[in-house]
Amino acid sequence: MSPHAKKNIIPGFGLSLGLTISFISLVVLIPMLTLVFQSSALGWSGFWKTVLDPRILASFRVSFLCSFIAALINGVFGLILAWVLARYRFPGRRLIDGLIELPFALPTAVAGISLTALYSDKGWIGEPLARLGLKVAYTPVGIIVALTFITLPFVVRTVQPVLEQLDHVYEEAGRMLGASPTLIFFRVILPEIKPALLTGFALAFARALGEYGSVVFIAGNMPFKTEIAPLMIMIKLEQFNYGEATAVALVMLGASFVIMFIINSIQARSAGFV
Amino acid sequence: MYVELKGINKRFQDVPASREVSFGLRQGVLAALLGPSGSGKTTILRMIAGLEHPDSGDILIDGLRINEVEPSRRGIGFVFQNYALFRHMNVYDNIAFGLSVKKERPEAIRDKVGGLLELIGLAGLERRFPAQLSGGQKQRVAFARALAPDPRLLLLDEPFAAIDAKVRRELRSWLREMISRLGITSIFVTHDQDEAIEVADEILVTNLGRVEQKGSPLSLYKAPATPFVAKFIGESTLIDDVGALNGFEAAPPGATGAVRPEFIKIFTLSESVQYEGSAEDAVVERLAFRGDSLEVWLKCKGMTLPARYSLEKRPLAVGEPVKALIYRLYAFEDDRVRLFNNSRLGDHPLGYSYSI
Amino acid sequence: MNSGKYAMNAETSKWIPRILILISFLFILLMLVTPLTVIMTEAFRAGLKSYWRAVSDPYALKALQLTLLAATTAVVLNTAFGLTAAWAITRFSFKGKGLITTLIDIPFAVSPIIAGLIFILTFGRLSWLHPFLSAHDLKVVFAAPGIVIVTLFVTFPFVAREIIPVLEARGTDEEQAAALMGAGLFAIFRRITFPHIRWALLYSVILCAARAIGEFGAVSVVSGHLRGKTNTLPLHVEILYNEYQFNAAFAVSSLLAFAAIGILTARNIVEFTAKKEEEGHVR
Repeated sequence: MSPHAKKNIIPGFGLSLGLTISFISLVVLIPMLTLVFQSSALGWSGFWKTVLDPRILASFRVSFLCSFIAALINGVFGLILAWVLARYRFPGRRLIDGLIELPFALPTAVAGISLTALYSDKGWIGEPLARLGLKVAYTPVGIIVALTFITLPFVVRTVQPVLEQLDHVYEEAGRMLGASPTLIFFRVILPEIKPALLTGFALAFARALGEYGSVVFIAGNMPFKTEIAPLMIMIKLEQFNYGEATAVALVMLGASFVIMFIINSIQARSAGFV
Repeated sequence: MYVELKGINKRFQDVPASREVSFGLRQGVLAALLGPSGSGKTTILRMIAGLEHPDSGDILIDGLRINEVEPSRRGIGFVFQNYALFRHMNVYDNIAFGLSVKKERPEAIRDKVGGLLELIGLAGLERRFPAQLSGGQKQRVAFARALAPDPRLLLLDEPFAAIDAKVRRELRSWLREMISRLGITSIFVTHDQDEAIEVADEILVTNLGRVEQKGSPLSLYKAPATPFVAKFIGESTLIDDVGALNGFEAAPPGATGAVRPEFIKIFTLSESVQYEGSAEDAVVERLAFRGDSLEVWLKCKGMTLPARYSLEKRPLAVGEPVKALIYRLYAFEDDRVRLFNNSRLGDHPLGYSYSI
Repeated sequence: MNSGKYAMNAETSKWIPRILILISFLFILLMLVTPLTVIMTEAFRAGLKSYWRAVSDPYALKALQLTLLAATTAVVLNTAFGLTAAWAITRFSFKGKGLITTLIDIPFAVSPIIAGLIFILTFGRLSWLHPFLSAHDLKVVFAAPGIVIVTLFVTFPFVAREIIPVLEARGTDEEQAAALMGAGLFAIFRRITFPHIRWALLYSVILCAARAIGEFGAVSVVSGHLRGKTNTLPLHVEILYNEYQFNAAFAVSSLLAFAAIGILTARNIVEFTAKKEEEGHVR
């Protein structure tokens, strides 16, 4: 690797690149390669036997479904929040804006026990809901609540800057041409923010899939019902069953990389419009 | 009058954007709102469109007050400064947008858009997206999109600002021709006097929220009504004391004024006998070649006055003493402008003409 | 912003914003404010005395120590890495840049649990390093070093990802001018580059610290839960909670919640100041 094409007089190329590569190798590359290497020890049949195990399959179902619903909830409310923060000025706006990142700042375990206390049968919200016949804690609904909390900032923070920078002339153009406010939103604004909205959704979904700390407390961890895939890795690890843990991890990693790939192609495509 | 503004006032917070703006335009006219940035020209355009509301005053189209009418119901086509083409829609959908939101029949939309694509000379590019068009092409699409719903008035906000200089000239005459072919009443905003002079039938000069003068390009040049117009239209140099110049003793004492380069004739010392008493002593301070003439900066009574000098005559040198004959100038009295001719020339018109 | 002044259909234009703002307030209240409130009320439910006992417990203090150690190490090393990586990536063109950028992002795509698993595989019983580590009596997994390393991993991209776009947007003109005038690497960095990125850097350090303090899944995997030895504060909370010492769990949680509020406040101040300063430069 050497600088090519244009001549560059800025110093520090060798030093910074050398340090960067060493750092990445030690922290990311070698450990990731170890994972790949170790997983090959398991073999194809062992891999399939593990990931097709009914209990594991059930955990995948719970993880994907709950993550999807949580990302969907945040897609709707995140869009509303981003709109309100970008477009309106009202008392308390800065407070809401400042609170959005709370889920990133609050340790997930703390969020987990707090949500559990809140949504259990004796909790402030759980009790009235239980009386209405809706159990939240220790059910998939509880998992969705925790995942919604954890992934709340993603959609807001990807859509909000796009809305803030979106030129008002698009709306004015729509108005001059006779479109109603609703029509302007769906045909003029929504297409403009769709890439950001999808990116936010995908980021939230990916984060929800891997989330562990906030979910284990509220989920109740009942086999086939409220066990999530990361928990299955944890359980396998506690049994020192590294091979099977790795098999489950590979499936999750595969899903993460697919989502990352989708996000990148959304962004590459939307860049073509500008 | 087809379009009429009566006593319009508008403030943004504490900043007045329009002050007692009143004017009328006949049907079919192509008018320019010309002024420096911040002079309130765009605000006037946006108020006519309904994108802003005047604090007071009336806006009339075809004799009807439209202040309270929805922008989309005013029958106005608007071309935005950076076109505001919808980026995720192709050319066809952009032009069709105004028709489709009115729920026109698909066949009618197809015919209309097809016709407009022919008109703007972009037939065949209807599947392109805005990002795949050049600046001039975007301009044409924005024009067609504004025209699609058959507006009775077309408004254009700095229509050439986002286009590079070369294409701009071409597009100016294209737009001029399109509009006169369609016969649609149009108003465009610009800060470029060349653009206004070349394209518009009528120019409204705006300054500090007021319309200073309205008239044909030639009349603004020949008879500026206010000092601002005299300074803004054409080229002019300010003069501190008009009365101190030879031949302008009749001007009010101490009045300021302005002189245009074409109002000054330069004579070398050998040829200047005839107008001895009416000319000023001057020294050539700087010379610049302007393609078809020399631009000469003259040092004269403590002022620096730009003038033209024919390339056919004997070349001048920097530092050379010459005679400068000022034929006429504008003297400013309060907010009015008076044209003064050099009194010592008597009835000897020198046969110069305005070069417009 | 004049968008609010539209003379839109008067009725809808008045109600839609109000309804949307109301929905936003309710959603934030339900999702963010109530959980925070529950932590505080539960923490102090049994009184100040038991609160104090919980947070001054030797195990809690031990956990605090390890949390601070892991967070500090992660912040320092990731800042060093983020700056060098951003320098290499934005100031030079070379083959393989895309690969490096992707590798930097990997820890974000990996579930914390999987991050923990990766380091168990790298340093644990099955590892090719295991013979060497046990020969020298070095314990990584189920010990403090493991916690530090795994924290470093999950926060690895924070600084680099924040700095790279800022430097990318600035271009290299100023550095090149400085280099032409004979400035060396550190002079250029300190006097030309650093002033442009200091807010972004501070911002990323805050986020990095927040994540390092709060990390649960990954440290949970490598800790082995040896109380008093390899617990961080979040792990200590889990143990207390699972032992049904709810008040103590919430008391320790409240410390972390206070830290979170502090982090949020710092984040907002940094963002606000940076924005102000940027506007000042434009003018």
